[in-house]
Amino acid sequence: MLKGRIMDVKFINPFLEGTIEVLKTMAFVDPRPGKPYLKKHNLAKGDVSGIIGITGTIKGSLALSFSAGSILKIVSNMLGEEMTSINGDIRDAVGELTNMVSGAARKKIEEMGFSLSASIPTVVSGKEHSIMHVLGGPSVVIPFETDGGPFVVDVCMGDPQ
Amino acid sequence: MDVKKIKILVVDDFATMRKVIRNLLKQSGFENVAEAEDGAIALQTLKSSKVDFIISDWNMPNMTGIELLKAVRADNELGKLPFLMVTAESLKANVVEAVKAGVSDYIVKPFTHEVLGEKIDKIMQTIK
Repeated sequence: MLKGRIMDVKFINPFLEGTIEVLKTMAFVDPRPGKPYLKKHNLAKGDVSGIIGITGTIKGSLALSFSAGSILKIVSNMLGEEMTSINGDIRDAVGELTNMVSGAARKKIEEMGFSLSASIPTVVSGKEHSIMHVLGGPSVVIPFETDGGPFVVDVCMGDPQ
Repeated sequence: MDVKKIKILVVDDFATMRKVIRNLLKQSGFENVAEAEDGAIALQTLKSSKVDFIISDWNMPNMTGIELLKAVRADNELGKLPFLMVTAESLKANVVEAVKAGVSDYIVKPFTHEVLGEKIDKIMQTIK
């Protein structure tokens, strides 16, 4: 069980909207968000995840964790060619998507008066891999459904200390 | 010159992103595309073959997009090449630095093929 402060709910929407914006624009996929919930462990939901650190007037990290079905469909649409397995192209795309969602969300958070910058994303794949948040957790998970399968946005932001 | 026939050099360290941009360019009717994985390799390509337009990512190892832009603008032969910078964020400081260095325009990810095509057309019109 992880201990820590729960992040301010006002930071959830920028990540939710940023994710929808990026996937609609780059992959022509319209993800359907579910109800956000609190996650108190490190296990990833998906088969491949991208994670990126965010620092500034608030600090934390963002992870996108995709089921194989969802990411294969998303990247197939992005590249205009059929993807059938989680390979280097898929991992590359997960890193780039994480980067873009972070950029889109940071833009929205900066409009609230915060100043932020991001690190370079890292990508992890395999069943039951871990997502280590910069602040330790707990994180807020926003579940999404796509025609290819589910994915989650797993975010943990708070005051820098 | 038919704008759709120009040779575009796409510079990005992520192979997938180069493919994505190539795919978006194809949808906008641009099929003459070369790729480079960082600024240093892009500079070699620019010196060894004719390129009409550069689309470059900002964040790259070895030579970043802004370093590539400055190197291109400082070069007698390449100096006037159209240069579209791609960024993941619209940080004012970055935009100001790119404009000062002579960028033709910039585009923030994510973007559609329509927006990309319009940016290229607009830049090409200004240099005719």
